Formats: sequence, C-alpha cells, structure tokens
Amino acid sequence: MMDKALAYWGILKKDMQNYYLKPPNISWGIIFPVSWTLMFFIRSEQAVDIRAILPGVMALSVLFGTTSMLSVTITFERKSRSFERLLLSPISLNLLMLAKTTGAIVFGILNAFIPVLFASFMIDLSGIDWGMLFLAVVFIAITSTFLGLFIAVSVNEVFEAQTFSNFFRFPMIFLCGLFLPLEKLPAVIQPLSYALPLTYGADLLRFSINAEASINKAISILVLVFFSSLLFFLSTHNIQKRWIY
Amino acid sequence: MHIIEAQKLEKSFGDFKAVKGIDFYVEQGEVFGFLGPNGAGKTTTINMLTGLARPSGGTLRIAGLDGIKDIKKVQGIIGIVPDESNLYDDLSGYENLVFCASLYGMKKQQRDKRARELLAQFSLDDTGNRPFKAFSKGMKRKLTIAAGIIHDPKILFLDEPTTGIDVESARQIRQLIARLNAGGTTIFLPTHYIEDAERLCDRIGFIVGGSIITVSTVRELIVEAQQEHILQFWLDSFDQALQSEIVKAFPAVSSAAEAEHTISIRSPEPLDIMPFMQFFDSKGIKVREAKLIRPSLEDVFVRVTGIELARLKKEKEGKK
Ligand SMILES: Nc1ncnc2c1ncn2[C@@H]1O[C@H](COP(=O)(O)OP(=O)(O)OP(=O)(O)O)[C@@H](O)[C@H]1O
Ligand SMILES: [Mg+2]
Repeated sequence: MMDKALAYWGILKKDMQNYYLKPPNISWGIIFPVSWTLMFFIRSEQAVDIRAILPGVMALSVLFGTTSMLSVTITFERKSRSFERLLLSPISLNLLMLAKTTGAIVFGILNAFIPVLFASFMIDLSGIDWGMLFLAVVFIAITSTFLGLFIAVSVNEVFEAQTFSNFFRFPMIFLCGLFLPLEKLPAVIQPLSYALPLTYGADLLRFSINAEASINKAISILVLVFFSSLLFFLSTHNIQKRWIY
Repeated sequence: MHIIEAQKLEKSFGDFKAVKGIDFYVEQGEVFGFLGPNGAGKTTTINMLTGLARPSGGTLRIAGLDGIKDIKKVQGIIGIVPDESNLYDDLSGYENLVFCASLYGMKKQQRDKRARELLAQFSLDDTGNRPFKAFSKGMKRKLTIAAGIIHDPKILFLDEPTTGIDVESARQIRQLIARLNAGGTTIFLPTHYIEDAERLCDRIGFIVGGSIITVSTVRELIVEAQQEHILQFWLDSFDQALQSEIVKAFPAVSSAAEAEHTISIRSPEPLDIMPFMQFFDSKGIKVREAKLIRPSLEDVFVRVTGIELARLKKEKEGKK
C-alpha cells in the first residue's frame, strides 16, 4: 500500500518536473487562458458581460489545458518508449493511469482560476458560490483529462492526438451551452449537447457564478461521474488492447 | 530450481506466428543466453516474460508465480533492460534512477543511496546534472542497466546489452553482467553476439524463426566446436566452381565456403595446409594467407541454425 503511494507520488512528481513546470508548458498553460480571457473580456464593454462569459472562459481553459497536456505526457512518452517503463513496473494499470492524469487534472484546475483572477480586477465577484464553483471546476478538469487520456491512448503520434482532440474540442465549445444557451440551439442538435460531458460541467459552473442552471445539479454531478468512469475505463481498456500487445 | 519455466509459449500477430510454442526453463542463478538472428523472436519472447506482450498460448511460471496472471507481482522482482534506452531525456542520470526506484516503492533515503551507489559503480557519477539526452551511447546503455537493477531484482532481462556500443563499453558491460551474476542474479540474455554468449552464458537456447532449435550448455557447445577443424585461405582470385572442386579433391573435407575471397574449409578430421597450397598452386591461384582456425561457438552457431556467418555479420553492422 505504502509502496504504491510512493510510486504514485513518484510519477506525479516526475511529470510535474519534466512537463508541467517546464517553461514552454507553463507559458502555454498561462498564455492560453490569458488569451481566451482577453479575447472575451476586451470585446465585452459592461461588467455584467464579463460575469456572464466567465464560466465559458474557465471551462475552455480547463478543456484545452488538460487535453493538450495529456497528448504530451502520454503520446510523447509512448513514442520515446519511456511509457513502456511504466507498463513494466509493478504498478496496476489503473493506479498508473491515475498517476499520469492527476498532474493534468491539477494543471486544469489551476488553469481555470487564471480567468477568475483577471475578472477579479475588473468586476465585483461577490455572490459566487465558491464551493460549487470549485466542485464544477474539479469535475470539468477530471472529465476533460480523461477525454484527453482517451484520445492519447487511441492514437500513435502527437499530431494525431492534437487533430483528434480538436475534433472533440471545437464542437464542444459551441454545443456546451456556455456561449449559446442550450434552449437556443436547434432542436436536432440539442441531444448532441446532452451527450457531451462539458455541457454538465458548464451548467454547474454557470449556476455557481450566475445562479442559473438548466439541468438539475445532482443529475449533472451524476452524469459527470458516469462520463469520467466511462472514459477512464475505455482508456485502460484501450491500453490493455493496444500497448500490451 | 527453475526460476523461469515456459511451456508451449506462443505469440501470434494476426496470422503470423512470431513465437511458435516454445518450451524452456531457466535455472536459478544462471546466465541463460538466447541466441538467434534478427526477427527470430527474441524480443517478443522477452516481452512475454516481462508482461509487455500477452502470450497467445502456453503457460509461464516465474519465481513460483503464474507469469501471466500474476504478472504485476512478477514485475516487482524482475529487472528489465530494453534493447533501446527508454529513460527520460530531460532528467539527469541521478533523477532517472531515483524515479525508477520510486516505481518500485523504494523510500526516499533508500532511493538516494541506491542511485548514488549505482552511479559510482557504473562510473557515471561525473555526469552531474547533464540530461540523459546528452549522454553517449555507452553511457546511456550503462544508465539503462543501472535503472534495471535499481530494486535488486532476482531476475534480470537484458535485451542485446552490447549491441551498437564500442568495444570498451561492451567489455565493461560484460564485466558488470558477470559481477551481477556472481552476486546471485539470474540473467536472461537475448543476443546475437556470439561473444556475449561465449563469455557470459551458462546455457544457450538457439531460437530461429520463432522456434527453439536446441538448448545446450556452453561447455557442450565448445566441446562440439572442437570436433571440427577449419582451414582458412585468403585467395587472390576466386571462381564459383572452386568450392565443389575442393570437396571433390579432398574426401575428408565436409564443406568449403567462400566469403570475400576467403575460403573456409571444414572437416571432422585434422587438416594439413600443404596439400591445399599445392592444389591452389596447380590452379594458378595465389594464396595470400593461410591459417588454421580453432573453431568457435560461432561455427557451432552456424551449424546449428544454418545461418551463414556473412549474413549474421551484415545484420550486426546494420544494427549499428
Ligand atoms: N507488434 C508486432 N506486430 C507484428 N509483428 C511483430 C510485432 N513485433 C514483432 N513482430 C514480428 O515478430 C518477429 C519476431 O520479432 P522480434 O522483435 O521478437 O525478433 P528479435 O529476435 O528480437 O530480432 P532482433 O534481433 O532484430 O531484435 C519478426 O518477424 C517481427 O517482424
Ligand atoms: Mg530484438
């Protein structure tokens, strides 16, 4: 038990040193949310707009931050064969994948608060349900990390991982209900929105910041837990099948 | 005690059988060589033994455990050194070792002590903070071996440890392997270098085309090698007919094979150089050099596997 914890911590620490805290990734991790933030905030003149747009910017920062990191930490390690070293260690595949994803989840959570920091200089943030906000961010970070994981273990090259993630990411931006309310989407597209995990996370986020929600909170959390488990299961299954050949 | 025991172990990739139901065992404490040409199935076998590939059939016992079902437990007591270094490019030697130690649940103090000890033992302690990617090939290989033994494994799998590095580093690595083995580590050593096999191994399994052709002790193989006598002539000119003419003219000769103007003549009986010199003279062929060769394991290898030396050499060079 103790040695499993040491191994878990060892992997997490190594990824932090080797990837997340490397200057190019830090700057990517910061520049990305910053530019999202600026792009949206500069365009909106009134304070109320910033508040309305904040959940969307946060969700996107997390989504892009986590999915792009995983294609580096997993696809790249897989290419350089160092991932084999992990597969050959006496750590169960589940624990191994948890260790590999924890870094990205933390990275995603930190990414979410960069827009909040910016907003705090520009508008009054009182009335936010911080507990719920944090919960929503954690869930968005977990599901998008596991989505990134699923993508990373389904491809062989880093560029494939990037293309494949955009295939998911861009439609999600428009379908998750953050910039266009779900009710305003064409009826044929709405079911698609409900099939995306980000929709539920975004709804929680909107509730915590602007006290508006279109989905029952308990249902959102349940659905997010379901998506996370499903994506994690599919990912480890894919690794078993493809990498332990 | 058999620390590894494989029965009918096989691996297919689609319709292609890379390993065709092999049976073998490895005795505790021995160095077991696994010798075969490119594509014979050495790496595939090591991958099955270490849990990177799932056998398509057969059974495997490693250190008393089920090598397929209990592979995670097995992985805790085996060390693996892959044929290509797979450490982290941006981490230093020390950081790489400490990280690998953490995968085996070693505590901080233990990790630090062991990493320093190994760096010193492999004369890598002067690499300081240099990242792994700045290491030379030989240094990389040494660090990869150090990473493989960080947790004092009972069995060490070393895939072609001396391929692609200079003679001096290869010699150091052979010494290291011998020292580890003297300390009680069982070693599984796939290679296509006869030198490794001859100097290090207790027993050798020959694998060709996914099947183990024979397993013998090195001593047996050497005795067998000495049953044969070889004469080698370096000739000025050469034509294809010469080989069969020699076999016809000298009934004691079992074979004559040419490679790059050097002809090797084999016989189960001792051979005398003079009659051959006269034979070449009568054909107007100048002999530049003639020598009596003490047959080596390499010759036995050729006989056992039916693989020509020239081809094996080409493969070696191709690998470098
Ligand atoms: N993942 C795979 N998919 C399909 N075929 C494979 C795979 N891995 C290995 N093979 C094939 O299986 C055979 C055995 O390969 P293997 O790598 O085990 O040989 P080897 O003895 O290690 O050779 P080398 O000396 O080149 O390292 C080869 O024909 C190879 O092409
Ligand atoms: Mg190989």
